[in-house]
Amino acid sequence: MLGIESVTAETSAPLTNPKPPPPKFNLRLAAAAAGAKVQAAAGVKILGRFNRARAAQLTLPHFVCQTPLFMPVGTQGTIKGLTTSQLEEIGCQIILGNTYHLALRPTSELIDELGGLHNFMNWPRALLTDSGGFQMVSLLHLADITEKGVTFQSPVDGKPMLLTPEESIQIQNRIGADIIMALDDVVKTTITGPRIEEAMYRTLRWIDRCIAGNCPVTHTWKLDDTYLLVKDICVKGLVERDLPGYAIGGLAGGEDKDSFWRVVAQCTAALPEDKPRYVMGVGYPLDIVVCSALGADMYDCVYPTRTARFGTALIPEGVLKLKHQAMANDTRPIDPTCECMVCKNYSRAYIHCLVTKDAMGSQLLSYHNLFYMMKLSRDLHSSIVDGRFPHSRMEMSHNGFAMLWRKKNKTNLGTSNSEAGYCKIDTIRGVKESDVITSVNGVSIFNEPEACAVLGKDRRVNWNEGFEIGSS
Amino acid sequence: MEQGRLSGRATPGGQLFDRNSSSPPQYSQGPARFYLPRPSLFSPYARLAPPPIQPSSLISSEGISLKTISELGGLHQMLGLHEHVFAAVPRDSTISLPDYQSSNRMGASFETPCGRLLIKPLQYMEMISSMKPNMWATLADEVPAWVSEKRNKASVDRTTGGAVFGSIVGGSKIEERKRCAEAVAERNVSGNLISEVGNTMPLGSVRKWSGCDRETDDILGFCLGGFGLGESMDERPSLLGAITNVKEILPEEKPRQICGLGLPEEVLQGVAAGIDLFDSTYIYHLTLGGFALTFPLEEIRRHGYGDQLSDTGRDGSKINLKATIYRKDTSPILEGCKCYTCQNHTKAYINHLLNVHEMLAQILLEMYVPNSLPIAVALFLGRVILTRNFCHLSSHNTHHYLGFFQMIREAIKGGTFEEFRQNFVETRRDHILAAALSA
Repeated sequence: MLGIESVTAETSAPLTNPKPPPPKFNLRLAAAAAGAKVQAAAGVKILGRFNRARAAQLTLPHFVCQTPLFMPVGTQGTIKGLTTSQLEEIGCQIILGNTYHLALRPTSELIDELGGLHNFMNWPRALLTDSGGFQMVSLLHLADITEKGVTFQSPVDGKPMLLTPEESIQIQNRIGADIIMALDDVVKTTITGPRIEEAMYRTLRWIDRCIAGNCPVTHTWKLDDTYLLVKDICVKGLVERDLPGYAIGGLAGGEDKDSFWRVVAQCTAALPEDKPRYVMGVGYPLDIVVCSALGADMYDCVYPTRTARFGTALIPEGVLKLKHQAMANDTRPIDPTCECMVCKNYSRAYIHCLVTKDAMGSQLLSYHNLFYMMKLSRDLHSSIVDGRFPHSRMEMSHNGFAMLWRKKNKTNLGTSNSEAGYCKIDTIRGVKESDVITSVNGVSIFNEPEACAVLGKDRRVNWNEGFEIGSS
Repeated sequence: MEQGRLSGRATPGGQLFDRNSSSPPQYSQGPARFYLPRPSLFSPYARLAPPPIQPSSLISSEGISLKTISELGGLHQMLGLHEHVFAAVPRDSTISLPDYQSSNRMGASFETPCGRLLIKPLQYMEMISSMKPNMWATLADEVPAWVSEKRNKASVDRTTGGAVFGSIVGGSKIEERKRCAEAVAERNVSGNLISEVGNTMPLGSVRKWSGCDRETDDILGFCLGGFGLGESMDERPSLLGAITNVKEILPEEKPRQICGLGLPEEVLQGVAAGIDLFDSTYIYHLTLGGFALTFPLEEIRRHGYGDQLSDTGRDGSKINLKATIYRKDTSPILEGCKCYTCQNHTKAYINHLLNVHEMLAQILLEMYVPNSLPIAVALFLGRVILTRNFCHLSSHNTHHYLGFFQMIREAIKGGTFEEFRQNFVETRRDHILAAALSA
């Protein structure tokens, strides 16, 4: 068994009037924290705000994190090519572990026996595991979602297997992460129609099973889907259940940006303030800044590490493709302004000839890219806390992006308190720092917008209140 | 360079000729690391002295251009290892193998991942001058021990031939050797050119190398070429001894280097014959197979020997971490080892990493992780293992092997080298025997 302590007896109170389940902590984790006191209220403490953006402190059994934060994905118990010391050096706070892969090899029972994933990989800070549902559906053939759970063909022997919500929680508890996810009914973002509704209600039922089944969890998170109307119900249902945190999922599937931010905006508006919001699969730096501005706190993506293995480095101006022939004789560091170990010691030319020929190339780039993402997270946090969000660096492509906030706006989606959107500016040439955008791509700005961001020539973002035409 | 003597020449009685008190035979790892003797670098076992680095000077056409290396300021800047010593030799046991059949009077031929490359002396010199290593060896025509006399002679002539690099070729026979060595010894080689003496015939050859100081014309030392190309271990001592035992050939105060001897037993052979610097790719091959060195080192030796023998089917000198018995083993690779891997990770974790084919497994096993920096392998230069602040941060196999060299040094200083060597070889033989018998 898991050695879980039940703080109070789990109630099977009706959904309409749920008592908030008291936070439960894995005793093993608590003990492993070298006798540190079990933190009774692992939650979010908001340290600063800017409009909808929040900078907060998230207390977890293994680490106290600062949000907004980015979580690198360490699929099989390691971030590819980097040691845990390096990850600490870079400033990673939470790492993802992939339940599906770990349950396959080396199996959750073995991890449990060896003291949990923290001990197994020697990572002292926080861990998050997903429910395993996504991989199962996307990786395995003949996956079938029924009321009981997800049935699929085991990759080991081809026999049909069933993953129930309860089982998923059990596996994740054996792995021992600080944050675990409840199994959800995953639907493709491109699907429309009654399937989505079905998925949503089933997800809610599964959540109840997780809670009611007396499964000890540290945090329970929930995935949404992208269909907005349905999401409203979904979100409301989840909020009612007063879960420790909420995840907005189903968004990384390639839907267009316009839908993307609308969904995030709608969800963050409806989710409670004192709980962390996790947008899954968001990795492009720009997306992270936008979602933070909309009120999300946590992000994960394979993008920085995967693109590093393909020879691409993240820099403020965008990306740098180190495989390109032009890099062969470039003796500058990847990013002269970056303070990471890689940029301080190695030149583009050297990495150019390493990349794709040797593992070292991808290691150096992974290090740099993750350093970049961590720095972005830290900048976001501190700039909101210091009230400087207007000046936080927004990473943009050469064409620039502007973030617009509009006040109450009628849409066919019903009312929302505020709406945010971002559009591409055709060119930043000629845009002075004091310029304010009044129309973007020919689309005029609504009246009385709340804020606008302008990309200045020095690539800093200024957020100005109000709109004017031309320069001030 | 610091020089010093500890004791007299090695005799069957057991004293080993120690060339240099601050740097007795040092392991230089392949893609090689030389150890340049510097008193400040000598440190006790727990903090191993930074070994020098040896890149193979072969620059493939797909690699970084010489001009760019020059722009960067040479090897030290490019690789970010300012405090290291670099020694450049054209040969590398993994990616730049001397191909004696294709070498001709125009240059030396090497088998590389980019195909067979013919390196001409002038080309080689350009590489050297843009890389700016601390020391470097001249281009030589290395041949294995079994080639014909005629070929031998040719290699000697070629290596010494070109006035371009003023190198001197050694010969296969003693006379040839002497001819070569004398010419080498007498000849003033300017700059950092290192004379390479081709290896020929049974006696191997002598390679001279110089470095350090551009101003002086003094040759720093000797490099024995032509070993590690397939001669048997039994005939090697005589080959080596023929050169090293003859004082006229190799002055005692100059260090000797050799390429291609990697196994611990081979290293011990070389040390016994009076070699100071080694390079090999032993660690690299070990790590590829998922092996970790576990033969007992100094402090561990006291406790260890008896226990090692009791393990059935296990080679006492290394373990294969891919084996399923390590699935749940929460002990470090080697108890008491101070390397990064043993201080931070368990066998179970490395076993898992190997099973899922994660590159972290190789990092933890082989490479230094100085300041948590994985090792850079510059393919175009041969394999270069970079270290920053090695010491306790080095990863297991490298750390362990350097410790082995430390033990050799201490055995020499304490006058117990021969015993140490015999002990070591016998213990390994016993383990292998036990393993074979119980299989």
